[in-house]
Amino acid sequence: MGAHHHGPARGITRWLFTTNHKDIGTMYLWFSFAMFILGGAFAMIIRAELFQPGMQLVEPGFFNQMTTLHGLVMVFGAIMPSFVGLANWLIPMMIGAPDMALPRMNNWSFWILPPGFLMLASTLFMEGGAPAFGWTFYAPLSTTYAAPSVTFFIFAIHVLGMSSIMGSINIIATVMNMRAPGMSYMKLPLFVWTWLITAFLLVAVMPVLAGAVTMMLMDIHFGTSFFSAAGGGDPVLFQHIFWFFGHPEVYIIILPAFGVVSQIIPAFSRKPLFGYASMVYATASIAFLSFIVWAHHMYTVGMPVAGELYFMYATMLIAVPTGVKVFNWISTMWRGALSFETPMLFSIGFLVLFTIGGFTGLMLSIAPADFQYHDTYFVVAHFHYVMVAGAVFSMTAAVYFWLPKWTGRMYNETMGKVHFWISFVGFNITFFPQHFVGLAGMPRRVPDYALQFADFNMMSSIGAFVYGASQILFLYNVIATIVAGEKVTDEKVWDGAEGLEWTVPTPAPYHTFEVPPKVGAAPAHG
Amino acid sequence: MLRLSRNPGADTALKLTVVACAMFAFVFVVMVPLYNVMCDVLGINGKTSGTAYTAVPAAVDTSREITVQFIATNNDGMPWVFRPEVRQVKVHPGEATDTVFYAANPTTAMMVAQAIPSVTPSRAAGFFHKTECFCFDQQPLDGKASAQMPLQFVVDQDLPEDIRTITLSYTLFDVTAMTGNRVAVR
Repeated sequence: MGAHHHGPARGITRWLFTTNHKDIGTMYLWFSFAMFILGGAFAMIIRAELFQPGMQLVEPGFFNQMTTLHGLVMVFGAIMPSFVGLANWLIPMMIGAPDMALPRMNNWSFWILPPGFLMLASTLFMEGGAPAFGWTFYAPLSTTYAAPSVTFFIFAIHVLGMSSIMGSINIIATVMNMRAPGMSYMKLPLFVWTWLITAFLLVAVMPVLAGAVTMMLMDIHFGTSFFSAAGGGDPVLFQHIFWFFGHPEVYIIILPAFGVVSQIIPAFSRKPLFGYASMVYATASIAFLSFIVWAHHMYTVGMPVAGELYFMYATMLIAVPTGVKVFNWISTMWRGALSFETPMLFSIGFLVLFTIGGFTGLMLSIAPADFQYHDTYFVVAHFHYVMVAGAVFSMTAAVYFWLPKWTGRMYNETMGKVHFWISFVGFNITFFPQHFVGLAGMPRRVPDYALQFADFNMMSSIGAFVYGASQILFLYNVIATIVAGEKVTDEKVWDGAEGLEWTVPTPAPYHTFEVPPKVGAAPAHG
Repeated sequence: MLRLSRNPGADTALKLTVVACAMFAFVFVVMVPLYNVMCDVLGINGKTSGTAYTAVPAAVDTSREITVQFIATNNDGMPWVFRPEVRQVKVHPGEATDTVFYAANPTTAMMVAQAIPSVTPSRAAGFFHKTECFCFDQQPLDGKASAQMPLQFVVDQDLPEDIRTITLSYTLFDVTAMTGNRVAVR
């Protein structure tokens, strides 16, 4: 032992050629934050245009490009890579492994991401503009009627898909082969469990997305007719393929968030997680159900009644394992010695707002009601409650929770709390009124709207600017922590935190667990 | 268990790569054909069979009268004149009925069209049999030419009792660019 105790290489090559899971995790996190700012800027343009009825700032075509790119960048650029970054940093440290199973592939799966997004963003400057068909890119909007830049969009999706698949393969290979002795599956921290299941989902459905865009490519350039009725194809087929990918995709986004919250809530409740095994089974059930409910996104497409009923009941079933999780988190807090540091605040914010998003999801699952809500702002409100308050809040909580372990410095707690409250209030001002305008009939993806929606839209826009601005505070807090935060040296930064990552020195050295730790009979999770 | 590599990590990775490739293939070789089969079998989307129905001799059920309506639509960018010669007919189940659609190509260039049928209510799609239809083939028309395009159909005796009206809609697509050379040879 000791032969490998060298530090990182110097200069730019450290980052270009690194195979260290911590370096790669850091790059993923910074990249996803940059994408979060870019996607957020697109959202600001959308909300600025919708501040008042009428056309003020941008052309309708450009508005559609903004909604499309906002969705694509946030889903594929911000949320997914951020959780992959977290997985890179934490999974080896949580299971007592020295690194990821395939470190060189790890390097590659990160480094193909920036060119992929460069390709996607470059479509903004092309003739005909960026893709403007919504992040769901339904054919024939995305084939017959698309701008020429759609080809770049297709290849960008291919690249992002390859990156995700390689990242997931790496995570599965790591968890299956590199656990420390004694670290059985049912001792894995819940974050590792949720990521393991997420990675299987990714391996199963990212190729389906790749298939869908490949068919688009062939329809556009090679004269096939997968989605063209003229040649015997069917545009509805596109929706089935897309949502066969798309529904598991939303759980790909939210399951790691469940994992994060399942680590943080026990730490600040100073109690072990309530119902660990049921959490694992609930996660697996959600993953299984995600494959058999896809058509609830397309109730209005003209399905037979039997199909509507099946997809409706199957969708409602998802509320059961999700409910198990929510009750387990609440039971974990019950009679705990609670304290409300910033990560805990964001986790509780997650719990409350995600539950609201879950309930609106239940409303949308009811097929006859969905005929009314379909493609309105109610849907926009619903998925921002689960995507932003779900995934982004938990990701923010994760950064505050593990930042001291990563950097050896403590963030500014007051600033963190201020960030939470501005985010929480700003988020709700943005998206709660969208439920009302949606139920009143305001369609999504429109640059202009009827006058009766004006007040709620103005509120929404103000909230969005507040929420957007609060992220600058977050960025400042993180940078200030790294540069000049108060030093911490305790291995266990948080007194209630449990798990192997809290047994290594703070800040976490470049190489950890070169000698595997011994995992005893006591569960390693919190 | 099958080992693809001596390194356990690489072994898992190779197996998963196979899974990912299989899922990519799954979209093309399973999902697309399965979707088409499901639509054919269940009549989803009002899709009717793309091939001619061989009539089975059966008694005409004169106790029921079904209204069959015809709708003709041009897909966008299609300049042809396209309409049914008769807007609706009343038929008895089991009775073979002939009708014609009129098509004219107002341009000066030869064009090829393909008509795509759809039946409403979609439950009726499986009971609406076409024994002869211009939609089974692509339809070439020279510039400034017109044609009467024939359709012969039978409504099945087993059509559910509550269905009294069937609407058959055709959408006409311009497929000249997709098939230009093949038609020229023909």
